[in-house]
Amino acid sequence: MATEAKGDFTSNLGRIYTIYTGGFVAFVIFIAILERVGVPNNILGYLFVAFTIGVYAAIGILSRTMQVDEYYVAGRKVPSFYNGMATAADWMSAASFIGMAGTLYLLGYDGLAFILGWTGGYVLVATLIAPYLRKFGCYTVPDFLAFRFGGNAARIAGIVVLMSCSFTYVVAQIVGTGLIGARLLGMSFEMAVFVGLVGILVCSMLGGMRAVTWTQVAQYIVLIIAYLVPVVILSTQKFGIPIPQLTYGSVLSEIQAKEAALGVSAAASHIVPFARYDPLNFFALVLCLMVGTASLPHVLMRYFTTPSVREARSSVAWTLLFIFILYFTAPAYAAFAKLEVFENVIGKPLAQLPSWVFSYGKIGLIQICGVNAVDVASITAACGRIAGHTGILGLANFSIQADAIVIATPEIAGLPYVVSGLVAAGGLAAALSTADGLLLAIANALSHDVYSRMINKNAPVARKLVIARVLLVLVAILAAWVASGRPADIVAMVAWAFSLAAAGLFPALVMGIWSKSTTSAGAVAGIWAGFLTTLTYLVVTRYFPGFGVNVMGMYSNVHPITGAALVDIAKLKAEQPQIFQQTMVAINHPLASRVGYFNVANISAGLFGMPVGFLTMYIVSKFTTAPSSEMQTFIDDIRRPRGAAVMIEK
Amino acid sequence: MSDSKNVQAHWAETTRLTVIMLAVWAFFSFFIHMFSTSLNGIKILGFPLGFYMAAQGSLIVFVAQLFWFSKAQDNVDRKYGMAEDE
Repeated sequence: MATEAKGDFTSNLGRIYTIYTGGFVAFVIFIAILERVGVPNNILGYLFVAFTIGVYAAIGILSRTMQVDEYYVAGRKVPSFYNGMATAADWMSAASFIGMAGTLYLLGYDGLAFILGWTGGYVLVATLIAPYLRKFGCYTVPDFLAFRFGGNAARIAGIVVLMSCSFTYVVAQIVGTGLIGARLLGMSFEMAVFVGLVGILVCSMLGGMRAVTWTQVAQYIVLIIAYLVPVVILSTQKFGIPIPQLTYGSVLSEIQAKEAALGVSAAASHIVPFARYDPLNFFALVLCLMVGTASLPHVLMRYFTTPSVREARSSVAWTLLFIFILYFTAPAYAAFAKLEVFENVIGKPLAQLPSWVFSYGKIGLIQICGVNAVDVASITAACGRIAGHTGILGLANFSIQADAIVIATPEIAGLPYVVSGLVAAGGLAAALSTADGLLLAIANALSHDVYSRMINKNAPVARKLVIARVLLVLVAILAAWVASGRPADIVAMVAWAFSLAAAGLFPALVMGIWSKSTTSAGAVAGIWAGFLTTLTYLVVTRYFPGFGVNVMGMYSNVHPITGAALVDIAKLKAEQPQIFQQTMVAINHPLASRVGYFNVANISAGLFGMPVGFLTMYIVSKFTTAPSSEMQTFIDDIRRPRGAAVMIEK
Repeated sequence: MSDSKNVQAHWAETTRLTVIMLAVWAFFSFFIHMFSTSLNGIKILGFPLGFYMAAQGSLIVFVAQLFWFSKAQDNVDRKYGMAEDE
């Protein structure tokens, strides 16, 4: 009876999600009508949050389960198309939704390293890792490491890397919900964090992976509609063609013309490569992001939920298609926003700036002449203090935060508040869906790998599932508590997750599948060596640069265009020797993230850790006993789709 | 064909397909963008080609490549009787 109902559900997915999408569109139209009749904006904003989170909660409750298989891998019944959507939502975080376009605005061509890095990694997922892990039949990534590399040493190493990548990442998502609530909906930051916590728990607690899967599909639909609508309207207004991804070509041409008129040097143009990152750092970043993508546990575990190896493969293709839709739109946002700024903001008298500048200046996203652009009087006063300022806004006196671009676009296009509310709902969906996936990855590592596999191997199923839920709630509360302190450092650390995963997990996963001669000792040594090399480079360059220079022989990175050193170490040593003695330094310290080896920026630290990991694994394997013939057979087994899963859970 | 030979042949062909996939990936992830400065001299619909490749072109290749790969690998699996039952 139960299975019959499930079959119905899977075969009706198309209908269910079509109705859902229609319902969501109808809801947006309903809100637009409410706005017309004069309902105030903050009420509309709350309606958006209440409606979307209510729907996610309903899905979460309907998908509740008491079966281990359903809780950990959604019963392995998720068709590849829907798993693709869920993975896309799992993957695209608050930062992708809100921050990516802004990063492209600020960095121009060099920001495309993120676009390339966060898409191309899926080629590695599909060809090297995901189908083989699916065949293996594990619940978590450390599960695979433990089986292939004989025991808990590999499991523990895997758990440590997983935790260090995922925890900062989930905190950043909750901070993201706080910022979206505060900036777009006028909630207090703490209130929005609490709403986020509730939103995450209702989706994941009762139904585990099963509930998270079906909510993530729903969240993908909301986030992609919300991302496309403002920029499609903008493109239609300007060119009469609703395809911003095509029309922003001519926007780029206009930007270049404006840049020439405003005196932006040709080397710093929006479209010129390697002006902010030199080629080494550009490609190193692309590589670290790609390899990191292919090793992040919250992504890999999504492919454990497909019905077959075949579907795991096609599911990666669907995932990338759904991600592509957002990522190839982000540069269009950046271009449209830049042109707006060049046309209607820069070179205008202070009193004639468009009103959106002040809307976002008030919440600290736009500064003019060094102060938040709250109103005309305050910026006039601030610019008046600058010698020789003519009252015309120059490029140098205008600064906009990356987060402002997507948020401000509806207002730039002169759209009603309903579109801003839609964007807020989309950002919230992006943050919640990623947080759900991460939280599940962390809690499952604790409940499945630590509790069920190491502490109490014979625990009854009901006990395992209770423990899993208790841990999930505890981790969520801990993450929300850390997030409520608005830790700027943690948000900056998210970029570290990719390098850490790339160096810590990628070599072990790839060698575990592709090399029969990699031994347990080799793998464990390789995981630690790669992970610790990367972690050391990250922490030393960022927090202990004085130690790096004095003890580890690090030196200054150089400017990408001029090639000049970023910090003059000899001069600093003579003038301010105490700088090199300070133990832990703040982010604005003259040395922080400006020293290193071979000019490699700390965001690309995986560049050192990956080869160290692979090499250690290879060398140690040479000198230890080769894997047993059972293990060789097992490796053959995961390499062919046919046949039962290698690891079958009871 | 004996069983173990079949296993080996299947894996050899799988490996070859994977290497081809990775070569395409490396070309469109790294190699082509090394020439973005010169490619930017060519404009299509206003897009400088170097910028376009990093913003869209390579991504389209990745997506197409993965759909093609999932089909191609499935054909390899079927050829050696290694595919799952439908």
